[in-house]
Amino acid sequence: MTNIKRAGLLGIEDLDRGEIEAILDRARYFQPLPNETYRRLDTLKGKTIVNLFFEASTRTRVSFEIAARRLGADTLTIAAQGSSVSKGESLVDTLNTLAAMRPHAIVMRHAASGAPEFLARHLQIPIVNAGDGTHEHPTQALLDARTILDHRESLTGLRVAIIGDIAHSRVARSNVHLLSKFGAEIVLCGPPSLLPRELEALAPGVRLAWSMTEAIQGADVIMMLRVQLERQHEAPMASSEYFRFYGLRVEHLELANSDVIVMHPGPINRGRELSSDVADSQRSVILNQVENGVAVRMAVLERILS
Amino acid sequence: MSSLLIVGGRVIDPASGFDGHAEVLIRDGRIVATGTGLAAEAPDVPVLDAKGAIVAPGFIDMHVHLREPGIEHAETIESGARAAAAGGFTSICCMANTIPVNDSAMTTSYIVQRAREVAVVNVFPIGAITKGSLGEELAAIGSMKEAGIVAISDDGRPVMNARVMRRAMELARALDLPVIDHCEDLNLSAGGDMHEGVQSVRLGLGGIPSTSEDVMVARDLLLAEQTGARFHVAHLSTRHSVAMVAYAKSRGLDVSCEVTPHHFAITDEELGSYDSNFKMKPPLRCHGDVDAIIEGIVSGVVDAIATDHAPHAGSEKMQEFERCPFGITGLETAIGLSLAELVHNGRITVMRLVELFTTGPDRIVKLGRGTLSPGAPGDVTVFDLDTEWTFDVQQSFSKSRNSPFHGRRFRGGPVATVVGGKIVWKREQ
Repeated sequence: MTNIKRAGLLGIEDLDRGEIEAILDRARYFQPLPNETYRRLDTLKGKTIVNLFFEASTRTRVSFEIAARRLGADTLTIAAQGSSVSKGESLVDTLNTLAAMRPHAIVMRHAASGAPEFLARHLQIPIVNAGDGTHEHPTQALLDARTILDHRESLTGLRVAIIGDIAHSRVARSNVHLLSKFGAEIVLCGPPSLLPRELEALAPGVRLAWSMTEAIQGADVIMMLRVQLERQHEAPMASSEYFRFYGLRVEHLELANSDVIVMHPGPINRGRELSSDVADSQRSVILNQVENGVAVRMAVLERILS
Repeated sequence: MSSLLIVGGRVIDPASGFDGHAEVLIRDGRIVATGTGLAAEAPDVPVLDAKGAIVAPGFIDMHVHLREPGIEHAETIESGARAAAAGGFTSICCMANTIPVNDSAMTTSYIVQRAREVAVVNVFPIGAITKGSLGEELAAIGSMKEAGIVAISDDGRPVMNARVMRRAMELARALDLPVIDHCEDLNLSAGGDMHEGVQSVRLGLGGIPSTSEDVMVARDLLLAEQTGARFHVAHLSTRHSVAMVAYAKSRGLDVSCEVTPHHFAITDEELGSYDSNFKMKPPLRCHGDVDAIIEGIVSGVVDAIATDHAPHAGSEKMQEFERCPFGITGLETAIGLSLAELVHNGRITVMRLVELFTTGPDRIVKLGRGTLSPGAPGDVTVFDLDTEWTFDVQQSFSKSRNSPFHGRRFRGGPVATVVGGKIVWKREQ
């Protein structure tokens, strides 16, 4: 198991429960109270964090920047998303440049699975994975867990349905690893070509379902995934049918537990993966997730750097 | 032409079935005799002491990429031949995917000529099936045969059009050339970087399904039956491919297959660190496939071990996994891996191992080598079963460093390589 103080945070899969619990507990401390603005701290005063974003991202990038600044760190953001052809050169070239600048940590988003591992092998600096290809998005899973725990006592025994393009989702992979470590029951649901059957072997407690009603039956948590059309080489089903079979509508919620919460990593496509009235309903905790993003990232950066 | 007397070793010659302590005498580049008391007959001939080692016919690697002409920063005919010698190979067949593609007598002649000038081992070119290996129009196969090709293949860029493959097989049959196919349905494998399975799903890497190989093996076997061509499956990697080749053989078809050491030595579980030195085509498969391949080697379905030595310059492999090119080097680790995975664990005999590197490939590419019979070319591979050594990729004779086996400990490996009676490589003591 990885010690994130030394290695950074590359994924959830290699973390043990204790490490995850420590981050989630600390994140709670960083959550703002109602009607209170964030405290400004100087825990990371004098530390430099480079945000290296090779792929477009607004919320994750801003969330990491705010988290770093609230802790008093200096941040520098490099948006290196050029043409796809120049990406590889950028990464190798950026390696040495970055090493010379001697930052204390690098937060990295990249379209290629494994890119943070590649960087970590060649740099002695902790790397925080802010999403790599279709592999992992560890801080998203941590903020999702924080959000669930704001509404539930524990993750153990919860029934969580994750619905959408599972095959191409780093959010799904990180969430499966995290939830499984805490003994949740996870149902992954999507059209067959976006739901490889090998997913069942990803972690204990995972079940697959093609039918949304089956997946939602008795669920405590419903996580809808963004349909990542840009990641698909071919349509998994006629796009006109997608919402009909895999879009979340108000009537679905009646199948779930009465206190079910609906989550989405954002940005949401209203009318594609969930209907507007679900997004705006009392059951939706989508805005809590965004808020928790900052708190969780503060906890991660603090744990790695202080 | 050189002469040499190899003494003190255990001679294993699958062509004759001989296995025993003997001397091998080479005069003027050709085998004269295998037996005892030969020293008295040849007092003038230099001696190679092979005490404690195995003396075998020169090993043949029927599948390498030498990158010359056109990609000389990754490998040259000279450097690739040196790596072959250091790996115990005396003859290598080089694939056509150079720049330009070897699709004409001119390029074939260039390779033959260049090899004569700089290569320490025998180099036999393989010609392209189609012009530019584009899969559309047949290359100048007849003239290439006259210039020296020993087989045809569009390795790396498989012929997707079954009709074109049929025509190629018809022509190859008339020319008595084997057709070697890199069996991969490019539509099924598109976007894939590793074997499709639990590991690819876990790592978020695009999968190359086993079916992308299986459907092409099936297609080619049917076309081989229809045309009567000699057909050879390159780097076979799946359990179904093994079964289909076995079935075709049982029905009397003139088909054969090779496997690479990496496909029987390691699996897709090695890819956890996204190290691009584990990225090749076909991809490392899973345990069930490895078991089936080894079973095929034991049962005789597999005809040859070939390395698919595919050098890539360091900068090309220093990228995100999905951007790195496919392929690894393999010449210098082939014997060590084969001993470890096949012989030391008792799966096959040393005789069978030698066969997989000599008479096996020679039956396919028909070089008239791979035997110690009197009159045969004086190519000899001396290797041992017990010396412990560690593979250091930085010491490799190849110009490239893309091996997943850097730092691996081996028991037994090449000791000396003799080409035409001349010692072209010898292990440092």
